[in-house]
Amino acid sequence: MERCKACGFCVEFCPTKVLALSSAFNSKGYHPPHVVNPEKCSGCDLCGMYCPDFAIHGHKAAQSSTKEVSDES
Amino acid sequence: MKADPRGVLTGVHFIDGDHACCEGALAAGARFAAGYPITPSTEVVERFASRVPTVGGTFIQMEDELAASITLQGAVWGGAKAFTVTSGPGFSLMMEHIGYAAMTETPCVFVDVQRGGPSTGLPTLPAQADMMQARWGSHGDYEVIALCPNSPQECFDLTIKAFNLAEEFRVPVMFMMDEVVGHMTEKVVIPSADEIEVVPRRHTRAPVDQYLPYGTNGDLVPEMAHAGEGYKFHVTGLTHDERGYPNMTPQTQDKLVRRLQQKIRDGADRITILEEDSLNDAEVVVVSYGITSRVAQRAIDLAREQGLRVGKLRLITAWPFPDRQISELAERVKAFVVPELNLGQMVREVARAVNGKARTFSVPHAGGSVHHPEEILRVIVEASR
Amino acid sequence: MSDLVNPVEQFLRTDRMPHIWCPGCGIGTTVNCFARALIESKIDLDSLALVSGIGCTGRVAGYVKLDSFHTTHGRAIPFATGLKLANPKLNVVVYSGDGDLSAIGGNHLIHAARRNIDLKVICVNNLIYAMTGGQTAPTTPDHAITSTSPYGTCEPAFNLPHLVEAAGAVYVARWTTFHVRQLARSIAEAFRKKGFSFIEVISPCPTLYQRRNKLGDGLETMQYYKEKSKVKHGAPTSEVGLTMTGEIIVGKFVDRDRPDYQTMLRTQLAASLGERFVEQTETVCS
Repeated sequence: MERCKACGFCVEFCPTKVLALSSAFNSKGYHPPHVVNPEKCSGCDLCGMYCPDFAIHGHKAAQSSTKEVSDES
Repeated sequence: MKADPRGVLTGVHFIDGDHACCEGALAAGARFAAGYPITPSTEVVERFASRVPTVGGTFIQMEDELAASITLQGAVWGGAKAFTVTSGPGFSLMMEHIGYAAMTETPCVFVDVQRGGPSTGLPTLPAQADMMQARWGSHGDYEVIALCPNSPQECFDLTIKAFNLAEEFRVPVMFMMDEVVGHMTEKVVIPSADEIEVVPRRHTRAPVDQYLPYGTNGDLVPEMAHAGEGYKFHVTGLTHDERGYPNMTPQTQDKLVRRLQQKIRDGADRITILEEDSLNDAEVVVVSYGITSRVAQRAIDLAREQGLRVGKLRLITAWPFPDRQISELAERVKAFVVPELNLGQMVREVARAVNGKARTFSVPHAGGSVHHPEEILRVIVEASR
Repeated sequence: MSDLVNPVEQFLRTDRMPHIWCPGCGIGTTVNCFARALIESKIDLDSLALVSGIGCTGRVAGYVKLDSFHTTHGRAIPFATGLKLANPKLNVVVYSGDGDLSAIGGNHLIHAARRNIDLKVICVNNLIYAMTGGQTAPTTPDHAITSTSPYGTCEPAFNLPHLVEAAGAVYVARWTTFHVRQLARSIAEAFRKKGFSFIEVISPCPTLYQRRNKLGDGLETMQYYKEKSKVKHGAPTSEVGLTMTGEIIVGKFVDRDRPDYQTMLRTQLAASLGERFVEQTETVCS
């Protein structure tokens, strides 16, 4: 969250449109992304690969059918 | 520790200074050189190219001196003792990387077989006009060590010393030969390996998680690691802290460059090598180095025949400059005479250290040949008045 | 390995985060791909050394938790050559920018390719000298506005894949920061390759290059990469030159075999010297 500079890569290139930029601010004044369609996350981690700030990555939650995206701080 | 016998060509040889320098490097344990041809230094690496595959090491001729001067440093961080060889124009090209070696504390040797300058100058003829450049040639505040041999034998012995000082102080050492010393052929005695002391790499024994690449534990010289050993350290030419991380603040800058300076100045007694003769009752002291010291010796002998009380101080170590020794001498002698194959470089250091307590006379020479002893004698006589 | 942690984290000097790169800069993206390639190749990280030059991409060396060397401008390749020659067991990566590698470093680039030194060169090409404020680079497309060509450049840009192929590189590929999976795969392939391997990555510099030329921000640049890139494996490198808004040919252009420098050197010395040849020992300077 704190590393994010709201470049928009993860939002744009998530193949299943899981993310959108939030209206919240991080401490640097950027709008980091948030998960809007959690059920659509396949854990492909393209968001993680695109993120130039190492601020996000996607993974399949263990022991659960829900896939989720976690934000690095 | 003792020299590795594989690199020591024990015996009595009749070789020139360039060749002797190569043998000195091999005896010191150098197993890597990166070079670029430039007269009158090329023979050093030509011989190394021929010798090192029979000893176990690598030579590579790079595409220019800019490359050679940094390739050798990569080799140092890869685990080797390494050096390069050049003359004036190449020395100028290498300056950025001499600064990099000083900043990153990379132990290595840069051999400059001085020739007439500036620019292309006199490729096949001597000068000693790179002496200030050896000290100040790169940008920023840093200190180096510079040694000046005056014979092929010294080209062997002092090259070993150069490598040893480089390892002890983690600093680039300038080996300031000149074209005459490089191309004169004399007897060179190479002893057996167990008579040669070499200083090993100052390698850390700290465990990986505790190693600080530029930490010093009270000693001003940090311990080194090599790439590939698991330390995962960072080296940068940016101003850095003890972790080696860039830290570009005035405080870190002050701490770092002062330490780089202090480690050499504190070690001056171990670094300074001088040849002294008849200083006790001298009225005039001739300060010289390199090939000029041999011409000066003749002038000194002639002066003594005339009854003049002339002492000799030969700078084997030119940098750091022996301020203390010159200053002490200045208390009791009348004058210093400084012949050099340049228009006055080390004489400025002498005058600075003398600080007005005695007179200082330069005996300049634009280069291209050595002084005639008469030129130096004339000034000794004048200084004695 | 825990899924909960971003796979790139283990390779980062987290005590140095956040990094200095701008919003929308693609260098960080290339580092993710590099991390993936390291994981996939199962390379022994202790044997990996990373060398960079000066520039925005040059800062990568300071952010990765590896034996890393931030050297002088243009000279990462000769430094890396020295590392590799002194310790052939090292895997040596050069990670630097287009200006550093092809302008001031151009001479070293072509000679290392000619010699086929076993180096993996990742050249992040943002078509500009970014760190110093956006000056013209040899790769800046014609007619671009830069801080040193305020009225537009009038120099044709280097076609880097063509240059290094002609010089002798055995592996040449180009991707953009949009092609994250392909880039990771190329880097892993380069690790398996012996010899001079060159991977060009086209990357946005939204603050300087894109902004001065009104080409949008980082995201819009990535969208341009997505839209205008064409994958053409094996394309003749003479045909992959770049323009400001035109097609971007990406792919693996060259994958050939010839002995690397050290192999050739050893063979030659052994043949010439016979029994007198002594192999370089591992600890060359104890």
